[in-house]
Amino acid sequence: MSKLISRRGIITTGLATAAGASGLAVAARLADRYGLIPPDHGGIYGVGETLTYAAQRLLTANHSLAREFNRGEISKSIPIDGQPPEKESYQRLLAGGFTDWRLKVDGLVERPSLLSLAELRSYPSRTQITHQACEEGWSFIAEWTGVPLSYVLNLAGVSPRARYVAYFAFDESWDSLDMPEALHPQTLLAYGLNGQDLPAPHGAPLRMKVPRQLGYKNVKYLSRITVTDNLKNIGSGQGSISPDYGYSWYAGI
Amino acid sequence: MAGSAYFPRLAIRTPETADSPRHSAVVRITHWLNTLSFFGLLVSGGAILLAHPRLYWGETGNVETPSLVDLPLPFVLVGQSGWGRSLHFLSAWLCVLNGLLYVLSGLLTRHFQRDLAQSSATYSALQRLTYLAVVFILFPLMIWTGLAMSPAITSVFPALVTGLGGQQSARTIHFFAAAFLVLFLLVHVTMVYRAGFRNRVQAMITAKDRI
Repeated sequence: MSKLISRRGIITTGLATAAGASGLAVAARLADRYGLIPPDHGGIYGVGETLTYAAQRLLTANHSLAREFNRGEISKSIPIDGQPPEKESYQRLLAGGFTDWRLKVDGLVERPSLLSLAELRSYPSRTQITHQACEEGWSFIAEWTGVPLSYVLNLAGVSPRARYVAYFAFDESWDSLDMPEALHPQTLLAYGLNGQDLPAPHGAPLRMKVPRQLGYKNVKYLSRITVTDNLKNIGSGQGSISPDYGYSWYAGI
Repeated sequence: MAGSAYFPRLAIRTPETADSPRHSAVVRITHWLNTLSFFGLLVSGGAILLAHPRLYWGETGNVETPSLVDLPLPFVLVGQSGWGRSLHFLSAWLCVLNGLLYVLSGLLTRHFQRDLAQSSATYSALQRLTYLAVVFILFPLMIWTGLAMSPAITSVFPALVTGLGGQQSARTIHFFAAAFLVLFLLVHVTMVYRAGFRNRVQAMITAKDRI
């Protein structure tokens, strides 16, 4: 009896393994087509990253909005994490009130452009009071004003081949968003903080605001955004500078 | 022995008999997978905590606000706990999927009803209640408070975090629930040791008491 069962067990296990392996291969291809595989999917930790990213992309597929708060809930002060870039090119722009600063928009767009701060401010703006948590564990609530990234992308005319928007800062930092996050209504190119111009230590003249992800996706001191179908040729090819430091590309947590 | 997965009720009915399994195959497999995931979660959770070992209550908290608890731990892994997060979520997936398998199988085979909810000759009422509380209160609370810290998840289910009083409250409850799980683990291992370590561990591996 037990021998019969174990023989049957071996055959069943073999068949289940074969079916499981081919099922996984099909699932991986489908998942990639529907944008459920993160760029840092390699290695043992990549298994967890992929499960989390795929599950959250499926859950948030209807553009769910990050929580917004009342004025009274705004944090009295915001810890300053890092200092503005010391490089001369940034310091000169800062001294000149960023009048000569331009945001470069290029990549898979019909109309590559150089946008001034005045132009960005002339576009329809959005103001939102959102919670931002640092990967370390601390957090704050603040009011951000900016132009939705989707507005700037539509203005530039994004190619249907686009899969990611990568963004670069004066301090060598860079990151990227998939198209669902890039086109999300709360994803802002922010130039205002708590009703004032974005202060230098908080990312002047422009920083990314991604309220459905952790703080480190909110790159400061932006200089360029580029639309791409492939992140392999940027940096170490993992979609962001974060994986170089051991952090996940996707930070919806 | 291979039959234990197919006849779990038979296997459990007479736990005192030396040649019948003390624990069903599903219980044994999920126990060790849970051990693995628990250590992954514990080590990585510690790493994440050491990036900011201060606990708050409400929505926000940072070095410029008052804390609820200042843990006597150093801020040593500031900006270096990325691996901790990766290991935490990998282990969390294993813990959740393995836990689902355990709970579903436990319900289908009436393991919880027969062995934990009713009086038993093998385990005391306090032991059985503790196991039920760990499985049905502490682990779900860990998952709930973990999800409540995710800005993407709470964009879909805001009540997960507002129901706890805020994102920092969720983080604080996550820490204390983890502390209770560690306390459970210490008591659990102590009792296994006192009941005869080799026998009990063997029972959880091969299903047989050596007696």
